[in-house]
Amino acid sequence: MRPSSRRRLQSTLVDLLVWVILIAMLVPALWLVFTSVRNPVEVNAKPPVWIPRELTLDGFKPLFGQSTGATGAIPFDRYFLNSVVVALSSTCVAVALGTMAGYVFARYRFRGKNALFLGIMLSRAVPGISLSLPLFLLFARLSQSGPIKLIDSPLGLIIVYVAVNVPFTIWLMDGFFREIPAELSEAAQLDGCSEWQTFTRINLPLALPGLAASAIFAFLAAWNEFQIATVLTRTVNSKTAPVGLFDFTGQFTIDWRGMAAMATVMMIPAIAFVLIVQRNLVRGLTFGAVK
Amino acid sequence: MAQLTQASALEGRFSPARRAKASRFVVAMLAPSVVVIIFVVAFPLIYSFYLSFTSFTLLRPVTAWNDFANYRRLLQDPIFGQAFINTLLFMFVTINAAFLMGLFLSQAIARTIRGQSLLRTMLMVPMMFAPVMIGFQFRWFFNDQVGLVNNVLTSLGLLNGSIPWLVDRWLAMFSIGVATVWMNTPVVAIILLAGTLSISPELYEAADVDGANGWQKFRSITYPLLGPFITIALTILSLDVARGFDIVSIMTGGGPAHRTELLWTYVPRVAIQDSKFALGAAMSFVTVIVTIAFTLYLFRQLLKSRIL
Repeated sequence: MRPSSRRRLQSTLVDLLVWVILIAMLVPALWLVFTSVRNPVEVNAKPPVWIPRELTLDGFKPLFGQSTGATGAIPFDRYFLNSVVVALSSTCVAVALGTMAGYVFARYRFRGKNALFLGIMLSRAVPGISLSLPLFLLFARLSQSGPIKLIDSPLGLIIVYVAVNVPFTIWLMDGFFREIPAELSEAAQLDGCSEWQTFTRINLPLALPGLAASAIFAFLAAWNEFQIATVLTRTVNSKTAPVGLFDFTGQFTIDWRGMAAMATVMMIPAIAFVLIVQRNLVRGLTFGAVK
Repeated sequence: MAQLTQASALEGRFSPARRAKASRFVVAMLAPSVVVIIFVVAFPLIYSFYLSFTSFTLLRPVTAWNDFANYRRLLQDPIFGQAFINTLLFMFVTINAAFLMGLFLSQAIARTIRGQSLLRTMLMVPMMFAPVMIGFQFRWFFNDQVGLVNNVLTSLGLLNGSIPWLVDRWLAMFSIGVATVWMNTPVVAIILLAGTLSISPELYEAADVDGANGWQKFRSITYPLLGPFITIALTILSLDVARGFDIVSIMTGGGPAHRTELLWTYVPRVAIQDSKFALGAAMSFVTVIVTIAFTLYLFRQLLKSRIL
């Protein structure tokens, strides 16, 4: 074989392999959606039924207040609402706080800056399991002694998710602000802008793609978080959708179809969010890497 | 923060009043983030560190010094030792596997001409999955009776009987690892893909003129220039894998019989199910130190590449 045709064959094989791997990576997601619309006999069928033969929306009934044979109605509307409230508000606050701090890290020099940056980043490395239990004790104590209720309340979760998402936002925004020429800020300051005006009027509008990228990470993390939510929530007052998935588990059985239906609905906001800011996502992750 | 300066050519021109204002500005901008992190992360950690030296339980909240009893028990606990080793092994293998997989995908996608943006969108699908749901989904895939994996192997005639994926120690660790790698590969691939696409095509053209083959081009152009992107990818990866509690706890919960016990499953078992809160606190403190040490190394690399 001539070298050029060998090379062409090689690259066709690599292309093929990539498509195979990526389609294989889609299997869990497709399987989830398919399971949600299957006839129950197909769910655990042997040999497996890949494409559902008949479509039924019965699996979605428990989500909308009707019981099926496998699962009674679950308060999905409450879970979904809690998730929306918690994820959106914690995302807004985390992005606001992280942008402010990220700006300062990018533009100013001060004593202890490196140590502070490292400390903030390491706070994200703390595993949830080391936080959830002491947080539960502390929140329980605060709820007892004061009027603010943090256990089994969306507020408690919002505060926790803000703290969890701030470090990554700072990191991303720091990278974005570094990309904006400092000369713009200097000119603004010579024209009499205060520090705050320089930040809001000059730098912030230019960093909007960064805000979008940070928002998606914060939103997905809060939307999908389970470990801390499972400790801090008790009832429909605060349970979020990932915790609510457990309503489909019995002591010995799992209603796979009902669970798949709920997970499918849960993925819709996530997909919408990712598609909206997809381009910024890639830029956001790698900004500041090219110097 | 008294010695504050603005990182600009104008430094010398600022009056003391201006610098005092800038200093207040820096404090005001940082304070909210720092306060919320202290309240939610630092304070609970210190509290649980303190409790780890007592015999505190949820039923008997005594907080008297108990002379390192928890730490001595932890050292003598064979299951803790196993969970510790399992965790290190698990993190090492899954981080490397997800990294290599992401590197391969990024290189392969970067050279495809048709369908690149479709491939990139497909790549993002696992990122939208809740880790809890990944746990449930793969638990069902690897179920020995009804799961898809055994089912497919049987239909293909490759398997007679069933493989106990989630029962045998190594098979179960493998299954959990597959789910973890599945979840974490996309972010690596996306970052490295962006890095690869940012490399100037002229470099490759020059290499073509010199007659370099694909591997040589990768070795001497792509890989060195990907350096900063690799550091970012590895850092995000180590943070995410270290937070992989959801998947493990749902797929096996550390069982059966502690075979797949990781620190993330063993700590809540001790602290909540056995209600030995203080012992759990001691264990979780060891977990924090391991995780942070793991991440610190990568972060130092990252900080070095930043212009501070």
